[in-house]
Amino acid sequence: MSSADIYREIILDYYRNPRNYGKIPNPDVAQRDSNPLCGDELEMHLNIKDNKIADVKFTGKGCAISQASASMLTELIMGKDFEEVKKLSKEDILENLGLHDLGPARIKCALLSLKVLKSGLYSYLTEKMKDTASADKMKEEASGLY
Amino acid sequence: MQASVINIEKIRKDFPILERKVHKDKPLVYLDNAATTQKPVQVIEAISNYYLNYNSNIHRAVHELAEEATAAYELTRDKVAKFINAPRREEIVFVRGTTEAINLVAYTWGRQNVGKDDIIVTTEYEHHSNIVPWQLLAKEKGARIEYVGVDDGGQLMLEQLDRYLETGRVKLVTFSQMSNVLGTISDSEEIVRRCKARGVRVLVDGAQSVPHMKVDLQRLGCDFFAFSAHKMLGPTGVGVLWARRDLLEGMVPFNGGGDMIREVHKYETTWNDLPYKFEAGTPNIADVIGFGAAIDYLEAIGMDRVREHEVEITRYALEKLSEIKGMKIYGPMDAGKRGGVISFNLGDIHPHDLATIIDEDGVAIRSGHHCAQVLMERLDVSATSRASFYIYNTKDEVDVLVRALNRARELFRI
Ligand SMILES: Cc1ncc(COP(=O)(O)O)c(C=O)c1O
Repeated sequence: MSSADIYREIILDYYRNPRNYGKIPNPDVAQRDSNPLCGDELEMHLNIKDNKIADVKFTGKGCAISQASASMLTELIMGKDFEEVKKLSKEDILENLGLHDLGPARIKCALLSLKVLKSGLYSYLTEKMKDTASADKMKEEASGLY
Repeated sequence: MQASVINIEKIRKDFPILERKVHKDKPLVYLDNAATTQKPVQVIEAISNYYLNYNSNIHRAVHELAEEATAAYELTRDKVAKFINAPRREEIVFVRGTTEAINLVAYTWGRQNVGKDDIIVTTEYEHHSNIVPWQLLAKEKGARIEYVGVDDGGQLMLEQLDRYLETGRVKLVTFSQMSNVLGTISDSEEIVRRCKARGVRVLVDGAQSVPHMKVDLQRLGCDFFAFSAHKMLGPTGVGVLWARRDLLEGMVPFNGGGDMIREVHKYETTWNDLPYKFEAGTPNIADVIGFGAAIDYLEAIGMDRVREHEVEITRYALEKLSEIKGMKIYGPMDAGKRGGVISFNLGDIHPHDLATIIDEDGVAIRSGHHCAQVLMERLDVSATSRASFYIYNTKDEVDVLVRALNRARELFRI
């Protein structure tokens, strides 16, 4: 994928004007991760009510791909059913971003937000739902992302 | 190609990799030399010649191959000693690289000499390899780490060093002779002088200086010195720790095993002579031999001319980069007083995005924290882009870089 196709207006817009940027006071889920290779950082906060994503916000530092991906992911899951969010895949994220054939280094940037989300859901499923079976699946998915 | 103090056209012929194309048809513009340099055929051939013609273990066997291999391996030690003007060949210890050299000092001399409430002084522009080993040591011993700060011009604030030295608790001062991010050349002789006046030991990280300028250890006067072959045309997996003989003699071995012993009995072992006491096991024979060829190559050009070429290309690059709209360059702006490493940011383009874009134009630069996160914090950035030059780079390549950066700027509408 050429950089002219990666850095389209929409990616730059989400990079420069991220939607749902910020923190939720006392969130149900707070999850942070960073990419040790490039130092990209991401923290995601979620509130979950009646099995729906009631609120989601993120903060972070990093490249246009990682930050736009995080912002677009928050929009994608806001108000969605918890069960649906649990099922989100790598392909869904890339599709949502309109990115494909990213090289091995840059795909990590695009998927950092999904990794943070899945790790957060893992903690939520373990601690709040005591659903170890789904939690283990979530953890495996998170670590399988890269 | 513009005229230069060195014959770049001839030099480039020795580096077949520079002929290759990337992204189908773009000539490679390799500007990531601070990470690792390319290797000339002379080095590659020295390595393959060893494997093809006299591959053998060294130091022990008496057959002809072993004697040839031992002689070639030990010849590199002589070349290294001469190259950095070390007083004695037995003070040259071959290790895996700068990182291992510093760890060796931390784990042996450091453990023996640093105690509770002692201070180890490093700087804000160190590579992680000159911070983390000291943090590990400090945690273990209850010692403290202090940092000499970096001012806005990219220079070390030596008055802070004086303040630490005045406490009388400093056991070691450790700093890099050239910053791998800012290109700053430390005032190393002055730092060593101030430490010596107080009887404090000094380690100098020469990973970025030795490849790019004449280094004279006898003038420098430090106690420990570390550098890596792969940043100076040599292979990966070879580096040098130099330390003064009396210090090496007092240090316990780092690794135990073959080659480093004199006599082994069931419960007691005596150590081999220097430097073998610190070279346990079969060393990286082929690559040490290749390293010797790299030193020959640099000696044939002459380190003064290597430096002159880099000053010229760095001056040109600083000038051309400064003209780009939205450009911010970190570090000293006087090419005569800095190395050929230029860190920068362009508008709000994240360095990873920038490197991705200009890679399409065949330009290889580094982006990220450059293993210097303490410095990134000091500069208040999460990352920078970094272009770094060596003997085979041309002003034409700087022009390609500048064009590529302008294309990135347009893509990001800056
Ligand atoms: C200043 C400095 N010190 C230490 C190192 C570590 O060298 P190596 O990775 O060869 O051990 C580097 C290389 O990245 C460096 O630039």
